[in-house]
Amino acid sequence: MRKGVMRPGHIQIRVLDMDEALAHYRDLLGLIEVDRDDQGRVYLKGWTEVDKFSVVLRETDHAGMDFTGYKVLDESTLAALESELNAKGFATTEIAAGELLGCGRRVRFTAPTGHTFELFASKEQTGKWGIKERNPEAWPRGLKGMRPTRFDHCLLYGDDLEGNLTLFTEILGFDLAEQVLDPEGNKAALFLTCSSKAHDVAFVKHDEKDKFHHASFWLDTWQDVLRAADLISMTDTPIDIGPTRHGLTHGQTIYFFDPSGNRTEVFCGGDYHYPDHPTVTWDAEVLGKAIFYHDRELNERFLTVLT
Amino acid sequence: MHTITVRNRASQFQCSDQQSLLHGVESQRIKAVRVGCRGGGCGVCKIRVVSGEFHSKKMSIKHVTAQQQSQGYCLSCRIYPLSDMTIEALDESGPEI
Repeated sequence: MRKGVMRPGHIQIRVLDMDEALAHYRDLLGLIEVDRDDQGRVYLKGWTEVDKFSVVLRETDHAGMDFTGYKVLDESTLAALESELNAKGFATTEIAAGELLGCGRRVRFTAPTGHTFELFASKEQTGKWGIKERNPEAWPRGLKGMRPTRFDHCLLYGDDLEGNLTLFTEILGFDLAEQVLDPEGNKAALFLTCSSKAHDVAFVKHDEKDKFHHASFWLDTWQDVLRAADLISMTDTPIDIGPTRHGLTHGQTIYFFDPSGNRTEVFCGGDYHYPDHPTVTWDAEVLGKAIFYHDRELNERFLTVLT
Repeated sequence: MHTITVRNRASQFQCSDQQSLLHGVESQRIKAVRVGCRGGGCGVCKIRVVSGEFHSKKMSIKHVTAQQQSQGYCLSCRIYPLSDMTIEALDESGPEI
C-alpha cells in the first residue's frame, strides 16, 4: 500500500577530487550544476527535474554514497512516516531545513543493510531547466554530454535484504516489482518501486553493509544510450558493461565509472509496475541472463566492484 | 618508459610516467593485477610497492589507510612510476610463482 513516498529526491556521492568529479557528472554525463555550498559540496540535476537539485557531490578521502533521499507528498506525510519508523524500531535523526541548500527538514535513518536513507517533503522548485512551465518547448538548447533527464534510482549492496524488504514495503509503501531468488528461495536481489517505474531503489545481497553499486540516470532512447557509449570512448572513460539490455527490468543500459570509482548508469526503456502487478521473479541459476540479457554471462567486476 | 616487475606473478611490463601502473598492466594485456573501478574507490587493484619511485593520486582511505600507505600499499590505478619498480600483487586472481 502506498504511503506517500513519491520519488527518489537526491543522492549525495563521495568523490576524491571535485574537479575530476565535475568533469564526469557535469561535462560528460551532462547534469546541470545548480549551486555550491560553504562545505564545498556541488549540487546538480537532470534537466527535467522540477526540484532544485538531485545529485550532491562531496569531496572526501573515500568514495561511495553518503545517503539517498526520497521525496514524500507533504509535511504531514513526513511526520506520519517519521512516527511509524520510530514505532517500528528505526531511530531517526532530523536534519535541519537548509542543511542542503533549498531543502526542507529531512528525516534520516539507517536501513538494515546499513545504508543511510532520508525522507523529505519540501525542496525549492526551480522548474525544469531551460524551458518554461507555460507552453513549454520539447527540450532546452545548450544541454551537455549525455543529456540525462533525471536521477532515476540507485542500486545498493548489503546483507539484510529481508530487513530492507520489510522496511520498504511495510513502512515506506514501496512494491516489490522484481526479485532474484537463490535455489533455497532466499532473496538475492530486490527491485522496489514507489511509482510506476520498474525501480526506485534496488538492493543486491552482499556480505558487507553499506556498499554502493551505482547511481542511475534516465535517457529517452536507445540511440541516446549508444551516443553515451560514444562519449565514454571519446573521453577514454573506464567502462564496466554495455551497451546492452538487462533481463531484470528489461532496461537498455550502459555502465561506466566516475574518476573516484563510483559506478554510473545511463539507461532507457524497460518495464513498468502498478500496485496490482505480481512480483517478477528471476532465478539465480539464470543470473547471467537476468543481468546481461544478451551476453547471458556474468561479469565478475559488475558483481564485486563496489564503493 | 619504466620497467615494472610483479615479483609474485613472475611478470614484467612497461609503463610510462603518464600511465597508472594498472593502465600499464591493462595496455599490455598482462593479467598480473585485478582490474576494478580504475578510480581509487573500490580497492580491487591493491598492490604493495617493494621498490621504486612513484607519484600517487588520492585513493580511498577505506582501502589503503595512511599507515598502509607508509608501508608501500597502494591502489595500482592511482600510482604513476618515476623509476623502474618492483611490486607485489595482493589479490588471488593471477598466477603465483
